[in-house]
This record gives sequence, structure tokens and C-alpha cells, in this order.
Amino acid sequence: MAAVEKIFNDTITDRETQDKTLKWVGTRAPRPDGVDKVTGRAKFGADTYLPNMLYGKVLRSPHAHARIRSIDMSRALALPGVKAGVTRDDFPDYPAGAVQPAGEMVINYRDMTRNIMAREKALYEGHAVAAVAAVNERVARQALSLIEVDYEVLPHVIDVEEAMKPGAPLVREDLITEGVEPAPEEPSNIAKRVEFGHGDLDLGFSKADVIIERSFKTQPVHQGYIEPHACLASFSEDGQAELWCSTQGHYVARGHCAKLLQMDVSKLRVTCSEIGGGFGGKTVVYLEPLALALSRKACQPVKMVMTRDEVFRASGPTSGASMDVRIGATKDGRITAGEAVLKFQAGAFGGSPVPAAAQCAFAPYDLDNVKTIGFDVLCNRPKVAAYRAPGAPLGEYAVESVVDELAKTLEIDPLEFRLKNAAKEGSDSSYGPKFGPIGCVETLETAQNHDHYLSTLKPGQGRGVASGYWFNIGGQTSATLNLCEDGSVALVVGTPDIGGSRASLTMMAAESLGVELDKVRPLIGDTSALGYNMLTGGSRVTFAGGIAVHGAAEDMIKQLRERAAATWDVPIDDVEWHGGQAVAVNGYKDQEDPMGLLDIAKDMAKSGGPIVGRCSTNAQGAGPSFGCHIVDVDVDKETGKVSVARYTVIQDAGKAVHPSYVEGQYQGGAVQGIGWALNEEYIYDENGKVENAGFLDYRVPVCSDVPMIDTVIVEVPNPTHPYGVRGVGETPLVPPLAAISNAVENALDIRFTELPMSPPRVLAAIESVG
Amino acid sequence: MTREHITTTINGDPVEFLCDAEQTLLDVLRDELRLTGSKEGCASGDCGACSVTLDGRLVCACLVLAAEVEGHEVTTIEGMAVGDQLHPLQQKFLDHAALQCGVCTPGFLVAAKALLDRNSNPTETEVRFWLAGNLCRCTGYDKIVRAVLDTAAEMRG
Repeated sequence: MAAVEKIFNDTITDRETQDKTLKWVGTRAPRPDGVDKVTGRAKFGADTYLPNMLYGKVLRSPHAHARIRSIDMSRALALPGVKAGVTRDDFPDYPAGAVQPAGEMVINYRDMTRNIMAREKALYEGHAVAAVAAVNERVARQALSLIEVDYEVLPHVIDVEEAMKPGAPLVREDLITEGVEPAPEEPSNIAKRVEFGHGDLDLGFSKADVIIERSFKTQPVHQGYIEPHACLASFSEDGQAELWCSTQGHYVARGHCAKLLQMDVSKLRVTCSEIGGGFGGKTVVYLEPLALALSRKACQPVKMVMTRDEVFRASGPTSGASMDVRIGATKDGRITAGEAVLKFQAGAFGGSPVPAAAQCAFAPYDLDNVKTIGFDVLCNRPKVAAYRAPGAPLGEYAVESVVDELAKTLEIDPLEFRLKNAAKEGSDSSYGPKFGPIGCVETLETAQNHDHYLSTLKPGQGRGVASGYWFNIGGQTSATLNLCEDGSVALVVGTPDIGGSRASLTMMAAESLGVELDKVRPLIGDTSALGYNMLTGGSRVTFAGGIAVHGAAEDMIKQLRERAAATWDVPIDDVEWHGGQAVAVNGYKDQEDPMGLLDIAKDMAKSGGPIVGRCSTNAQGAGPSFGCHIVDVDVDKETGKVSVARYTVIQDAGKAVHPSYVEGQYQGGAVQGIGWALNEEYIYDENGKVENAGFLDYRVPVCSDVPMIDTVIVEVPNPTHPYGVRGVGETPLVPPLAAISNAVENALDIRFTELPMSPPRVLAAIESVG
Repeated sequence: MTREHITTTINGDPVEFLCDAEQTLLDVLRDELRLTGSKEGCASGDCGACSVTLDGRLVCACLVLAAEVEGHEVTTIEGMAVGDQLHPLQQKFLDHAALQCGVCTPGFLVAAKALLDRNSNPTETEVRFWLAGNLCRCTGYDKIVRAVLDTAAEMRG
């Protein structure tokens, strides 16, 4: 009982840095969608059914790289119960320049139309080649076996360094590297070169007393959301369509699908289901355009759901990387120069997160001389999708490993070393802009004083620390507050709720209106309900959504004041909104009884009609979030298994609107990082086929693998947000790879430069040093 | 193809359904009976999102053939709350914010209830190993384990 009480107290009662002027923001309020989620009532992507519904299935390439000479659907389409089939011939081609920014990634429709359905070539094992819709799954599967595809199997390439070599099999025969002057004459797999930095590296390294240079390699990983991709499409004979899908952005999905189906955006209505995890992997479309195309042909609804095998082989993943880092420092611990060269697998099409990785790699530091170069490299893997702080965990893994080694070499405490070089307000970031108010120093100082860092390690254990950084974004966001006739308020937002954002947005709406929380009921509107909303990604929803709901509340309050002023027949300037009520002020003070929402709502019709607070904005000024992680590990020297014994996440949230869900982001990110650092990796056979496309062999952390994850929420307010919010969702995945690697080094005195540090790799390293 | 006629009990109610011999219990719960609280995350028994109990024993519905439940008792997440009274585990999951996206939550709740039915006073380690067959990618498990331990403490009184 005592242990439980302690746990409970740790969780519930402390860490509130609550501003006493706030009633809801900063509390651990009930979650609006909570009961639906604990009773099984909540509808996820695969949970919707329609009358007369067909089941769609995808035929996928068994080859990592193959030219498609022909596809014969005739036998499949002749099978009784098969209602439609689609191939490359059913989707438009787009020119190479058809690009459009979307969230943290860039969308290229030439590539997207080829990614959802192979055209000239199948570019990875699992690449969609054809799809059918049939009366049930069994018939659909049988139909797939009747599709005849004539492949010319081509040599393939998976590894990023192999893909960069002259003479490597070309994923795209006409690809000329962008970002190189003069442009190369020969095609290669290198889609793009990027470079960031400032100062003079030669000068910086000439001032260094110690220079450490290391090369790192990581294997590709998957986001690992538990809910497979799923959708249900219904096209009607008049060219209108509806789509229900599990997505991080139904407006973005609508745009992609309309483009791929060549239809007006307004004729496609998309409803986002509850989403069973995404982590960036559900920011793009896979099944949705296929289901729509099949439904258009069959004139019946078509449901499509990926198997777990398909999720691993054909969706997500993120890059594996090869990275070279060189950092120099003076004896007293000042970094004089930092350089990194990052090479990332993009998969079958350009667009790896290497630009963000190059921008973030040195972001925690205030450096005079810094340069990062990134290469975006095609290979025969699925096109990478965003994964929680896309790219940053890799670049910062390499840099934070070398920083740790420098601190050790110079015999300076690793947190002290970081503090000596930490980025702060006014620092020129390593990628360009000057930082505004940031919490890098605050997170490091909190770590220094944390009980975890001050505690003594058990024999054989190692401790590691690492910093992490993510930009966070804002973007286009709309919200509406509808005043109901009983004074309650319906909040409509347009960003899928992936981890509790309905709670935080509702709390901010209630706070801004000054009303009781349970009087505001949120829902996520479909694409016809609101103006455009960018997707849920970039840790943007509580930031940008907060600005939107606050703006909608201000709009509603203005109307409420107008109605009260009209009722009282006083000038609008003599009516203020306080504590959820219209109050007469100035010369009319105490002359009228205050009017609350109910008072105004019940007479809405007479005073001017419905009251709707609206805000549509392109939110700017997202505050970056820094974090610092502390981890203790045990290493079993007989098996090479690394176990995490204690873990603490410290991160700047700006302002934690709902501390429980902020902590949840910190904890979840840390554990995803533990998986990435210690176990997760795609394993390929010699033919470029995935050998571990299931949760048994692609080993994500389970409950018994990890300890409690302690958290500290640092709050350095973001001045551009009404409540000081910074995005928090992505930064937690940035520090773990390096923190754990640094802890293993501390335990074994062996510096690992490859991930994952899985038992076979660790055991081999232990045995090689005797 | 001839379909099997199955008579069983689900969440205490008599239920009859027709199924193909190859259909799993999960297929039937979801696609035939529309009890979609049980989720398919892997269809191979690795993720636990389809956890149900069969005669009180915790199983993955994706690993049980639908025809096997003839004459047996199945309990799913839809049978956990009684009327408008949430089971204490459901309430504690909400109190502790032990869910983010929520897709694994039904499986965790069914699995955790099966644990507490057997062991009213589990240690943290026992909870972690019992729930090791349920994958959660969002929470890092911390708040889930706390919610289960807190529920056990409250139910012991």
C-alpha cells in the first residue's frame, strides 16, 4: 500500500507550477474522449462498416527492385465476387516539379503517384502493384493470386553507403543530385545535398586542444504504431466521395487523394477516425487513394486495412544512416568547432529527414564555427515517412556521443561540459536563426540538481546523459466555438487527436471563455466542418490549436459583449468579460446584473441570432523545445543484453496545459528511444527482402523491458502563445539514443558507434576487448 | 463454402453466429458481431490488442478460431463496465492518464483485469511481466503500471 501511495503521490500531486490566475490550464482534468477509449466504444480506422461494403486488398511486389513489364488483371477480375481492380493505369502521372510542403516533409506528386502504385518499376519489396475489391476478404485474397505480373528483376541496393557508390544500382535512372554546383552530369542515387552552418571550421579546429572524430551507423526503424493503416471509401455515381480513415491530417489526406483521383477537393469529404498512433507515419496516404479508386469503379463502399506485415514492408519507416562527426574543444571545455556529415536512406523516393537532422545536430550548442552536410540517398526501401522529430534523433545521437567522449577526455562532468557550451536566448543557432527565449540551460541545470544525477550507481552500472532539440511548428489551423441555446459550448477543431489534444484544447477554450470545463464539449470536425487544418505533426496541435481556440474564444467574447451591450443599451466599450460573464463597467458599473453564457444564449434569437466564435490562422512563433535525459543501464556481460535501470526525462514545455499528457509524451518518447537504441532494426536478406516484418522479430519495448520513466517539466514560457505553450511531443525521442549509448560506454568503457546496441552486437564488442 | 453455426456466450449474453472454418474469434467479434473494441494490431498474437477472456482465461482473439468458442464463455472489453459504472481499472486508467491514442487500451484493460482476478496484490514486476504481451507504443507503460497497481490497492480496500 505504501509503495502505491508513493507512486500515486509522485504522479498526481506534485510538479504543478500552476499559475494561480489560471483555473483549467495546468490541471490534470478529465479527458473528453476518455470513457469511449476505456470502454471500446471509440471508433478507430478499421471500426467503421457500411452497407454493401467491399473489402480491398493490395498485391505487393515480392522483389526489392524490378521492372514491371506487364500486369494482367483479367483472371482476377473474372473471379465471382470481384467487383473492381486498379493498377498504375488508373492513376495520373505528374511531372517531377509537382511538389508541395506538408508538415515536416515535402510532398512530390510525381513520387507519390508512384509510391501508392508502382509504375515503371517496383522499387521495394512490398511496393503496391495492383489492388482489388471483392465481396469479402477471402475472395479478395484469392483474386490477388490470379493477377499475373511479369517482372524483370533488377539488382537492388539497401545500405546508404553502398547506394552512394559509383556503379550502384540506380533506383531512378535519371536522378541528378540537387544542391550541388555545378550539377553532376551523371545520375546517381543521391537525391539532394544540403549544408548548414556558420563560421570558419579550419580556424575553429586550429584553436582546439582536443579533436575527436567518429563515424556512426544506424539501422532503419519503423514508427511502430499499434493500429495498422485503415480506411473506408465511398464514391457515389455523381462523383462525390466520402472517406473515413486513420490519419494525422484529414485535410492533408483530402488534398492528396483529390490530386491522385483528379477530382475537386470540395467533392471529397474526409472524416478522421480515432487514430491508434502515428508518430509521423500517418501523415501520408497509402490505402486511401486505392480505396477511393476501387470504390469509384465499383460504385460500392470499399474498406481496406493493412496487415502488420504490410505495415512493416510498405509504410513508414525512417532512415538508417551513416554519419561522421568531428568536434574540437579547448582544455577548459569550450567547443571551438563542430562538423557533421550525415548520409540518410530516403527509401525509393527522395525526401529523407536529413535536412532537419543537419539543422538539429548541433542545436543545443552556442558555436562560433559549425557546419553540417546532409545527403538524401535513394535505396530500395519504402519511402521514409516522418518519425517523431524526423531525423533529429540520428544527428544528435552522433553529435551527443562525441560531445560525451570529449567531456570524458577533458575530465569535465558531461552536464557541466554541455552547460559551458549551451545555446541560450540570443545564440546564433547552428542552422541560421537566432534563438528567442529557450530552456536549454534550464534543462541542463535541472538535470545537474536532480536526485537521479546525484545518486550513486550500483556496481557494474553506467550512466549517460544527452541533450535534444526540436524546432516545433505552427501552421494553418481553424477552430469554431458554437454557443448552444442552454449556454453550453460546442468546440470544433480539425486536427486528429493523437494523444490527448482534445483535453488540452478544451481546457484552453474554457480558460479563455472563463467558463466551467464541463460546459465545453469538443469534437474533431470532418473536412467540411471547418477551414483548412494542417495535420497533427510537428508538435503543433496544442501550440497552434491553442492559438486558434483562444482566438475563437476572443471572437465569441466580443459577440457576447455586443449582445449584453445591446440588451442593456450601453456602449460596447462599457461592457467587459470577466469570469465568464458580461459585466457593465465605467459609468454603468453596478447598474446592471452581470450576464453569463446562459443569460445571453437563451435570448440569442432575439438579440441577433446564433453566436459562433471563429478563428482561422496560420500560427507562427512555435517555441523550440530542449530536453535532457539521464539514464542508468546494467549490461549482462554473458548475453550482451543492456537493461535500463533508471530513466529521467527533463524537458521544457513552455507551459504544460495538461501535465499528465505532457509527462506521457516524455515517457513514451523515452521508451521509443530505448527501443531504437537497443533492439529495433529492419533486417534484410541478400535479396533485399525484410526478414522481420512482425512484432515478434521486430522487437519494440514491452512492459517488462523498462522501468518507470521519471519526468520533470521545465517551463520557460513561449511568448508567442497565449498560455506560453511549446510543442512537446517530438523532442522526447531525440536524446535517448545518445544518452543510452553514453551510459553503455560508462558501464563497459566501450564506445558503441552502431545502433541498435542489441545483445549480439554488445556481446561481440565485449568479447573483442577480452 | 458451408458455414459453421456456433452457439456461445459473449459478455454474459447468449449469442449465435455463422462463421467460416478459417475465421478467427477476432474476425467474428469485429466483422460479424461488430464488437470492435477488440483491435487487430498484428493477427499473430504479438501485440495483445485483441485480448479477451475465454472461460476466464486470457487469450488473444486472433489466435482462437471462432468455431472453438462453441459452448464457451467469451468476455470482451464491451463487457467490462456494468451499466454506467466503469470497472475500477477503467476509472484508474482515466485518472492516471494511462492512455494516449487508446488503441491498445481495451487489450490492456482486459489483460489487467485477468491479472487482478488472480492476484489482488501484484508487485510492479508481476504487473510488468503479466502485461508484457500487450504492446503500447505511446505511453512508455509508466502510467499503465501505476494505474494497475493503484486499482489493485483500491480494490483490496
